[in-house]
Amino acid sequence: MNDILICLWSANGFDRATQGVIGAGRRLADTTGGQLHAVLIGAEDNTLVEATSLRADHVLVADRPELHEAQPELYLAVLTGICRSLQPRAVLLGSDVYSQELTPRLAHRLEGSSMADGAELTVAEGGALRVRRTAYGGRANAVYELGRQPAVVWLRARGFAPAEPIQDHHGTVTHLDIELPETITARIAERYIEARDGVPLEDAALVVSGGRGLGGPEPFEELRQLAAAIGAEVGASRVACDEGWVPASWQVGQTGKKIAPELYLAIGISGAAQHLLGIADAKVIAVINSDPDAPIFKHAAFGLVEDYRKVLPALTAKLAELATR
Amino acid sequence: MNILVCLKQILDPDIPARDFRIDPERREAVRGSADLVTNIFCENALETALQLKDAHDGMITVLSHGSEEAEDVLRKALAMKADEAALVLDDDAAQADPLQAARVLAAAARKLGSFDVIMVGRESGDWGVGQTGGLLAEELGVPFIALVEHLDVDEGKLRIRRQTDTGTEIFEVTPPVVISITNSENNLPRIPKTRDVMKSYRKPLTTIAVADLSLTPSSDSYFRLVEISVPEKETRCELVEGHNLEQRIDAFAHRVAEIANTTR
Ligand SMILES: Cc1cc2nc3c(=O)[nH]c(=O)nc-3n(C[C@H](O)[C@H](O)[C@H](O)COP(=O)(O)OP(=O)(O)OC[C@H]3O[C@@H](n4cnc5c(N)ncnc54)[C@H](O)[C@@H]3O)c2cc1C
Ligand SMILES: Nc1ncnc2c1ncn2[C@@H]1O[C@H](COP(=O)(O)O)[C@@H](O)[C@H]1O
Repeated sequence: MNDILICLWSANGFDRATQGVIGAGRRLADTTGGQLHAVLIGAEDNTLVEATSLRADHVLVADRPELHEAQPELYLAVLTGICRSLQPRAVLLGSDVYSQELTPRLAHRLEGSSMADGAELTVAEGGALRVRRTAYGGRANAVYELGRQPAVVWLRARGFAPAEPIQDHHGTVTHLDIELPETITARIAERYIEARDGVPLEDAALVVSGGRGLGGPEPFEELRQLAAAIGAEVGASRVACDEGWVPASWQVGQTGKKIAPELYLAIGISGAAQHLLGIADAKVIAVINSDPDAPIFKHAAFGLVEDYRKVLPALTAKLAELATR
Repeated sequence: MNILVCLKQILDPDIPARDFRIDPERREAVRGSADLVTNIFCENALETALQLKDAHDGMITVLSHGSEEAEDVLRKALAMKADEAALVLDDDAAQADPLQAARVLAAAARKLGSFDVIMVGRESGDWGVGQTGGLLAEELGVPFIALVEHLDVDEGKLRIRRQTDTGTEIFEVTPPVVISITNSENNLPRIPKTRDVMKSYRKPLTTIAVADLSLTPSSDSYFRLVEISVPEKETRCELVEGHNLEQRIDAFAHRVAEIANTTR
């Protein structure tokens, strides 16, 4: 079979990551000459069903009350069942935690192959899926060929271009009749959403980020004020998160958020390869660092070599003054 | 609680980018003078296990699949106060794909005892593939939870906290379970005392020859690396100029505002 299956969570709606997965799936199906199937798990969202059906050949809606909030064990059962009957060539997922977690398990159940953090998909002669991704903390680019079928891959979803609606096309919409396992031994019992004003870091056009050079949690308040002056979000290096200065969800990098802002302003961050990996798609990188030899300068468009403490309040004031209202 | 922590030895991921080279024949990083180290997330996992043991008692076994050099990783874990250590000796371990690694670890886990919690790192710091944990869970037929930062025991059930994109979730789990550990402010690995490092060399270490696990070799590989290269990307950074700090801040602010004002 040359068909492609994409796995989407209804709760995310038609967000940028969802659009990236649909785009990746559409182009891959066009390459293999197969059909694009999209399964939407969770409470049915009409806008998402409609948007998906304009781009995919078949939309499968998996809506049961038990699936309205994510339960990985149940999602895995649903996806395994669908894949067994569809026999797709490839199964694509997004970059959220559920997608990451389900990818190897689904591949194992289907006796396929899996890969994480795919940045580009191609098809080799002979039909095997190839996945480009980074290795060695962003120092190298690697291409892997996934020999077994299906190839199950979670994607760096926001890096994939969305797909336009196909002219005069409306994919089929099927409501699935699903059986769920009666008991599961691992269940999500509680969920906590961190209070965070503004847009998610991944979607921000402007990001101001702090690292070990800030020396503690208090300066992040100054960073927040600077960010507020230009309407930016605040991110951090792993060190700042590990030290507990800011929440783990602020981490940018290989094992944190991968972002693509118009401007990334790094303050007191050295520019380790693993950090740079998270901002590889940033348009402009700007730096404030007291060490002129910090590696991050090699990746920046402009910079200021200075102790941030001598810069911050004045810079914030100046930016507030320059902001167009 | 009986805990198994899987530790992988990797090439030190902290080699500076300018010293990083790929060997085109072997299709891997040139080792050069870089050290082999314990994968950082495996150390976070061991730390998490040690904290669970400190709070609720238990027994920690550490397991590695690697060459003789991987003994270092296990000795360090013993110095951090893991109770037992086992090495599956396999000269081809470095070439193993994640399914092979999962099969080896699963077979070794069965041989070593029965475990309530099996911990892995979220991904290895060199190749960063992060598939072994999920595959290991499937090999063992137990649930898998990724990106865990903390766990607790409550009346025989595990309460497992993991990071999500927007916050945290708590799982209630009837053991056994495989979990992958991510870094957090609470699981920075402890530094072993010199005395414990000395002692670790006298502790027993079980070695298992990979052949003794009687695994049937798989006919195909899980995936194959077909290309690897080092991208060249260096921009010329313009350092803002000015006669004094005030002027330089002013110049910097203008560059920032120029971009900020067009994105509004
Ligand atoms: C497998 C793996 C995954 C990783 N994933 C990530 C990841 O996702 N994200 C991430 O960020 N890191 C990650 N890391 C860690 C990474 O290797 C670095 O250790 C980390 O990014 C360094 O953080 P930093 O730049 O804040 O600190 P440092 O490297 O210590 O840099 C601090 C900088 O602040 C500057 N400074 C100090 N004082 C001042 C001052 N007063 N004013 C201005 N500047 C000052 C210094 O000159 C220095 O350049 C990972 C590592 C591994 C091994
Ligand atoms: N050879 C190995 N020996 C011990 N543990 C391993 C090995 N390979 C993978 N693991 C475990 O699986 C995790 C994820 O590895 P990977 O899938 O290679 O990114 C590691 O952090 C280890 O805990």
